[in-house]
Amino acid sequence: MDMSFSPEDIAFRKEVRGWIAEAMPSDLAAKAAVDGNFSHDESMRWHKILYEKGWIAPHWPKEVGGPGLDVTKRFILSEELELAGAPQLSPFGLHMVGPLLIQFGNDAQTARFLPKILAGEEVWCQGYSEPNAGSDLASLKLRAEDDGDGNFILNGQKTWTTYAQYADWIFLLVRTDPDVKKQAGISFLLADMKSDGVEAKPFLTTGGTPAFCETFFENVKVPKENLVGPLNGGWTMAKALLGHERTLIAAVGLSSRAIRRVKRIAAETEANGRPLLEDPDVRARIARLEIKLEGLRMQNYRALASASLGHAPGPESSILKLRGSEILQQSLELAMDVMGHNSLEWFNGEGTVPAIERWVPSAFNYTRATTIYGGSNEIQKNIISKFLLGLPTK
Amino acid sequence: MDFELSEDQKMIRRTVADFVKKELPVTRMRKMRDDETGFSREVYQQMGELGWLGIALPEAAGGFGGSFVDAAIVLEQFGTTLVSEPFAESLVAARAIVHAGTEAQQETFLGPHCAGEKILTLAHVENGLRYGIDGLQTRAEKNDGGYRLVGQKRWVLAGHAADQLVVSAREGDGIALFVVDASEVTRKAVATMDGRKAAMVELDVTVAADRRLEGDGAHALSRALDDGAAACCAEGYGIMKTALDMTVDYLKTREQFGVKIGTFQALQHRAVDMFVETELGKSMSILASIRADEVDDAERQRAISTAKAQLTTGGKFVVQQATQLHGGIGVTDEHDIGLYFKRMHALQVLYGDEPFHVRRFTELPSFAA
Ligand SMILES: Cc1cc2nc3c(=O)[nH]c(=O)nc-3n(C[C@H](O)[C@H](O)[C@H](O)COP(=O)(O)OP(=O)(O)OC[C@H]3O[C@@H](n4cnc5c(N)ncnc54)[C@H](O)[C@@H]3O)c2cc1C
Repeated sequence: MDMSFSPEDIAFRKEVRGWIAEAMPSDLAAKAAVDGNFSHDESMRWHKILYEKGWIAPHWPKEVGGPGLDVTKRFILSEELELAGAPQLSPFGLHMVGPLLIQFGNDAQTARFLPKILAGEEVWCQGYSEPNAGSDLASLKLRAEDDGDGNFILNGQKTWTTYAQYADWIFLLVRTDPDVKKQAGISFLLADMKSDGVEAKPFLTTGGTPAFCETFFENVKVPKENLVGPLNGGWTMAKALLGHERTLIAAVGLSSRAIRRVKRIAAETEANGRPLLEDPDVRARIARLEIKLEGLRMQNYRALASASLGHAPGPESSILKLRGSEILQQSLELAMDVMGHNSLEWFNGEGTVPAIERWVPSAFNYTRATTIYGGSNEIQKNIISKFLLGLPTK
Repeated sequence: MDFELSEDQKMIRRTVADFVKKELPVTRMRKMRDDETGFSREVYQQMGELGWLGIALPEAAGGFGGSFVDAAIVLEQFGTTLVSEPFAESLVAARAIVHAGTEAQQETFLGPHCAGEKILTLAHVENGLRYGIDGLQTRAEKNDGGYRLVGQKRWVLAGHAADQLVVSAREGDGIALFVVDASEVTRKAVATMDGRKAAMVELDVTVAADRRLEGDGAHALSRALDDGAAACCAEGYGIMKTALDMTVDYLKTREQFGVKIGTFQALQHRAVDMFVETELGKSMSILASIRADEVDDAERQRAISTAKAQLTTGGKFVVQQATQLHGGIGVTDEHDIGLYFKRMHALQVLYGDEPFHVRRFTELPSFAA
């Protein structure tokens, strides 16, 4: 057991911090300072800067473009990025399809797709859920039929496809065999969003922003070389992918920024002549949440360290998902409480509330989704209870 | 103890429920979000004609002489479809005039309100003033023309469309209330999270001496804020009940894993937790509306703080779980549950949030060991 940082680690932290301060363009830095909402373009700009530096995919093996940092340095890197308020990057390429291709893709696929994910030249989205296949994902229906000419022909619909409107590619779970047990007839396909017959229709979330799409497929032709892994082997791979989401799933970075923002808001909010941050009740409420988060951070370290030793994952990712999503929601709720009447703000533009508060009400609403997506919290509890009790569920 | 509604009250409830269902369904609220005014003056006037606006105001002032319970009956129904008209806002300001005004003042200012001709609202919230009445910055000074009011008011609900504002201001060591014509102040309309509108108000105006309500301003203001909290409870209960009903319906229709999701015991228990909070919400709403008319300050405040703290905590739980149990669709703007979610959160903030009411509860004599 050892949690200390070596002199080399400390030097690395200094290097990262110094680099971020220099490398972040001033407009992004200004937004980061007030925890603004980064647009897709802004986060892609930051993606490219990290890519140039070689730090875009710290969790990827060196052979495919990872920087070859040990687990401690990866913690340091992600902590420093988070402390700087750097834009969140789209997870679909870097954390989902990328690692899946590394594990299951053939040489042609990894050579074709990985470099462009790293470089931020191709943006990805995730096409799993359908209107009637949410928690029960295995009941998905989007059909992919062999046209006998080297292609699959896709017909059907995906939904809740986050940022499909910006995506160049989509990774899909599709039904390739309707006549077997539902998990056994699913394949994993990659489709070009520019293919004929693909249509992504954005719609508004309760946060007031168009964060997801309904994505329709009508006679969409996908070459067979875009099948990842064996035909009808998609389900196993999709489940394996869950393990790769672990680095993100706890949302420690997002929550610590959210809690820091609560403090900043409380420091600037005056209540009867004094900053609200001096109010003992408010301090205790923030502290309680931060303590919860520190607990989660430690839990996350343990999970990541264990994964880096190649230990088989147990229910860790479900624990991280449960606790992490709740803390994130609670930190936005606390921000709203601290804002008081300013929490009534709704897209009034600059000047109505302080810049640091502007996006809070929207984010507060949108963040209710964290306990729903990525396997809802109820589903995570089902997973843990299976592990814990080993009894059949009803 | 008798918690039954009288025959008259049952009648009011039926009438309002029918009206709301037919004329003001939630689809209309959805449209009103994008409307420049955010509600309809005609409908508001109709509410005056139907006698609802004066329901909890003295007869001498043009009202019906009812109790706050009568107003709460209306508000609860309004909560079920999120009626956009500023009924509660106007009620709170009107009650402030009742609490502080002379009979003549009540007659002057409340007559047009009860008829639906004039919309009133309370202009009290400021930067630096959190909840309650401490920390007020707007100042009133006597001058030759009457009183000069200088200050800034924020989030004046429906303030963008109101005709008159009841303005709270510091006067010497005390607080006084003034009725100010909206045309005399600078207003900026702002949107609020719950799909309504409010105004940011700049005050630098001299009003005639008879615009100063003569009674104790601090006391009247504090009572009006309690009225507001009680109004939130009534509407909040309407929201909780509706969000619960929608969720129960969804649990009985949505299928996953080949069964109705309502057959999962984890979700059944969650629905039960929501139901328990909703039932407690009903009790809290009744407590608040009965005690809103209580003249004993300590007793009223204890009841209002109990109700507001408990109901809004339970209300938040109910709308958050309602969203959760709807899955992805619950966080789309297209689905109505998000509208109830937003309004419930606004009600939690208005007239004192949970920490405010908890603290006030501890400061009352009744909390002593
Ligand atoms: C903001 C957002 C972004 C998303 N982005 C994407 C994306 O990019 N790509 C993608 O493919 N999908 C995405 N999703 C979809 C997401 O994965 C699904 O919403 C999720 O799987 C839940 O499915 P559902 O919405 O159909 O809800 P349902 O499965 O219908 O669930 C409804 C409720 O029932 C509960 N429930 C269901 N089954 C059980 C059970 N067995 N036991 C107990 N409770 C149960 C659920 O927990 C939930 O509370 C996104 C969703 C959201 C909200």
